[in-house]
Formats: sequence, C-alpha cells, structure tokens
Amino acid sequence: MNTGKKKKINLAPYGYLLPCMAVFAVFLFYPFFKTIYLSLYKTNKMGEAKLFVGLGNYTELLSSASFRNSLKVTLIFVVIVVLGSMLLGLIAAVLCNKAFPGIRFFSTAYALPMAIASSSAAMIFQIMLHPSVGIVNKLLGLDINWLNDPKTALYCVAILTAWLNSGINFLYFSAGLGNIDETIYERASVDGASGVQQFFTLTLPGLSPIMFYTLVVNIIQAFQSFGQIKILTEGGPNESTNVIVYSIYRDAFFNYRFGSAAAQSVILFFIVMLITLVMFRIEKKGVKYS
Amino acid sequence: MIQSENLVLEHPEQKNSISKEQLLELKRQMNSKALAKRRARTGLRVTANFVLAFVVLLPLLYAVSIAFMPSGELFTMDLNLVPKNPTFSNFKDAMTNVPLLRFILNSFIMAGCITLGQIVTCSLAAFAFSFLDFKGKGVLFMIVMATMMVPGEATIISNYLTVGNLGMLDTYSVLIVPYLTSAMGIFLFRQFYMTFPISLYESAKLDGCGNLRFIVRILIPLTKSAIGAMAVYTFINAWNMYMWPLLVTGSDQMRTVQIGISMLNSIDSQSITLMIAGVVIVIIPSISIFIVGQKQLIRGMFSGAVKG
Repeated sequence: MNTGKKKKINLAPYGYLLPCMAVFAVFLFYPFFKTIYLSLYKTNKMGEAKLFVGLGNYTELLSSASFRNSLKVTLIFVVIVVLGSMLLGLIAAVLCNKAFPGIRFFSTAYALPMAIASSSAAMIFQIMLHPSVGIVNKLLGLDINWLNDPKTALYCVAILTAWLNSGINFLYFSAGLGNIDETIYERASVDGASGVQQFFTLTLPGLSPIMFYTLVVNIIQAFQSFGQIKILTEGGPNESTNVIVYSIYRDAFFNYRFGSAAAQSVILFFIVMLITLVMFRIEKKGVKYS
Repeated sequence: MIQSENLVLEHPEQKNSISKEQLLELKRQMNSKALAKRRARTGLRVTANFVLAFVVLLPLLYAVSIAFMPSGELFTMDLNLVPKNPTFSNFKDAMTNVPLLRFILNSFIMAGCITLGQIVTCSLAAFAFSFLDFKGKGVLFMIVMATMMVPGEATIISNYLTVGNLGMLDTYSVLIVPYLTSAMGIFLFRQFYMTFPISLYESAKLDGCGNLRFIVRILIPLTKSAIGAMAVYTFINAWNMYMWPLLVTGSDQMRTVQIGISMLNSIDSQSITLMIAGVVIVIIPSISIFIVGQKQLIRGMFSGAVKG
C-alpha cells in the first residue's frame, strides 16, 4: 500500500465538520468525560475536584435511602409517563386514521401538546389541581390537595408529562398507520374479522416498527423530565416526586455536592443506555418489519 | 357436553331460487343499510374525537378562560368554567408586573439563533457525510450518532462549570452556543441528501461549482421541506427550554420566557389569573409556529424516515 509517495490529505471535508464537531467537543464530549471524572472526587463549592474518593460517591449513593427512593420514584414515573403518553397518542391516531369531516382540526389538537413548554403546562396544571379554586376538585366534587399529598403528587406530575409527550407520539403513530397497507383491512373485513380483531391482529403488528422507535424515544425523554417537577413539587412532598434529574439538580445547585451529582448523572446515563441496549436486543426478536 | 350442543346448531335457512325483482330489492336494502352503517360509524368517530380532543385541549381551554377572568370571579365555590365578565386587565398586569416583553425578545433571539445555527452547521456536516470521501468518515458519523445517547442531564453540571469558568454566565452566547448543532439534524439532512444521486454533485463540480456554492445554490433549495421541519422543531424546543436557561441566566435582562413566567408564580396567590394570562401570552408564539409549520414538520420529519 504505502509506496513512499504520500497522497496529500484533503483537509476540506473536515472543514465542513468543524463547526458541529467543535460544539460537540466543548459541550458534549468534554463535559461527558468531565462528569465521569468529577464523580470520582469530592468537590468544593466551586465545583473543583479536591479529594479523590474512587467509587466513594457511588457507594454512598447506593446506600442512601434518599437515592434509592429516587430510583424507585423515577421508575414509577417513567412507566406511567411512557404508558400514558403512548396510549393517548395511539388512541388519537387510530381515531384520526380515516378521513372524516374536521380531521384537520382534530389532528392539530392532538399534536398540540408538543408545542407547549413543560413550565407553562406545569403552571396551568398547578391551577387545575389547586385545592380550592381548581377545576379538578370542582368537577369531581373532591377536596384533595393533589400536589401536597405524597400519595397523589407523583401521579399528577406523571399525567401532566404524559399529556405533554403525547403530541409527538400522535404524529409518530399517525405516520405509522399511514404506512399500513389499506388492502389488508379490506381482506380481513371480507373474512369477517371484527374491528377489535383487526386492531389487534393487523394494526398493532403493522405499527410495531414505529411503536418500538416511539417507545425508546419516550423512555429517554421521560427520564429527562425536569421543569414540571421543579415548578409543581420541587421533589416533594416527602421526596415523593424526587426523580433522579431533580435530585441531581438539588445536589449540585443547592447542596453544592457536584461530585455526588456527577455520580448520579453517570448512573442515569448507564440506566438509559442499558434500557436502550436491552430494547434493541428485544427488537431483533419481536418487531416485524414488512 | 358443550361441544355436543354446538353440533346440534345448524343453519336453518335453505337456499331458494330468487326472482330478479327480489334480488334488486335486496340489493337496494343492503345498500341503504351499508350507507346507514357508514354514517353511523362516521358519527361515532366524530363524537369520539370530540370527547378526546376536549380532554386533550382542556388544560389550554381552561388557561384561556382563566386568563380572561377577573380575579374576584375565580375564588368562588361554583363551577366557573367561563368568565362572566371577561377582561383584558390580566394580560396588561402580567406585562407590567414582570418585563414580559423583554423575556419574549430574549427567547426569540435565543431560539432564532439556535435554529439558524443548527441549520447551518447540520447542513455543512451532512453535506460532508453524504458527498465527500475522507478518512474516518464512518467512525466520525458513528460518533455523531452516539451523541444522541447521552442525555443532556449527564453533561449539564460540567457544562455549567465550564461556562462559569469562562465568565459566560448571563449572556446570550451562553444560551445559544451549546445548542448550535444537533445529531438529529445532521441525521435528518443526511437522509435527504442521500436520496440525491452522487452524479448531481459530480456534474456540478465539473461545471466549476465549488462545494459551498453547491450547498447554497443546489442542496438548500432542494431540501426546503427538511429545513422547514427542522426549523419548526428546533425553534419550538428552544423556545420551551427550561433547565439550561434556569441555571445560566440570573438577571431580568437575560431571562427567557419560560424562566420569566415562573417569576409570576411566586408573587402571591391572589394573582393566579395574572399568572395564567402570562402563560397564555408565552404559549401563543410556540403554538402559532406549530400550527403554521405543522404540515411542513410532518412532511419533512416523517417522509421516508419512518418506514421500517
């Protein structure tokens, strides 16, 4: 191969990659490794690494009841959010699957939550769930302090998040339904399959590739929810909504324990990566591509 | 036992010969039946949609209703869904209580620059990945794709410390620069560029068209739908960003709307109507852009990209 005549390397292609690679390098790769580095140290208030503790931060976290609670809360939160937002998106997409008068209005309505910020949505839900003036208590004739009760607060923020995330799921599922061949339904109808049977035997399997993608995206997104929890509950009451991301925020920016917060970030990263990898494993077995 | 019972059931009808008139009559009956059935189905579908859309839109409708409500009306035990004496004063008060216009301007500057910047950096990178040959192309592309796996929260602490050390806190650049590129954008543009034959690039090159001119004159006009989709998506996400602006801005001069309206939250509990009016004001830009760009977004994001 190497004949001594050196081919001049053309640098131009790298020039086109430079802007994006520079941003990635400074704000993604560097901080990512720095986070891992910080997680092995005790830090001072300025976030400088001071004392090497090895895996000390990790063992401390795993033995702390508060962090274990965070893991549990995050898990429940993610499950409710993912199931809720996918179900809502799926039902809406199935309802808008065939043309009917007003379909454009309804499609816009179902996708709309994706345009709304978590903070704005949180402030609206705060009033809806207000114990005395909120519409939820008035409609249900109840007197529950939804956001101050450890039993209900987590469900409230999870349902709000499911609502927020359902908009883009509606778009994903609509696109997926559009890709299913119409003629298989006609054949099924002739064979006498009922609507419900058709849904489970034709629609759901036909949706499985996009369903899988949507599931992965939703799980990753649900793990990252922050604004609504910061505004509605600040992790409380009684740490019942203290998901990992909020716990990272609190540890770093209130307690100035950057090392511990960094260790939590690394744990979060590994959880998300592990779930993604496992899902891709399962995908190879379960998802049918036509 | 059950099986034997089933066996007893037989079709009671016997096939008889039918005259032509009877046949036509039957056809007419079936047709009108089918039409009625179809109408009933559409009716059911529309009704179901109305119910679901109402549930989905309820928070927004409720917010609009409260925003127009005089604050005295809110504090009753009755079910007050619609304001009896609608008023604009909440909007005026929200504007004067906090510098909402300034926040809106800040958010527009931030989201606008991020959107523009991402389109530029992502087009350049996607161009290199689709049309140029160079050493390490595959590896570099894998690295870019791998960045999608890293959740923003895994880097946010170090990023905060970095910009703090650089003395960038509380500036526009700290809001904008970290978000000037996105792996998703590069991937989306590359998907579109790959559909063009390489001969398009080669013939342009033979005609003496430089790379940059090729991008500006040929690629960008040909990928308007992808750029439109990307612009709508990026702008809305930047407009709605919460955690990063919360950490890196401290003064009213630099705060974005999402952080700014949470300031209305902490004034006092009597000002709920005012706070919701503020929320409605900041929702309007992102919703407008979404409604205007929705078609573009769907076409650009899902054409071909979704097919298994």
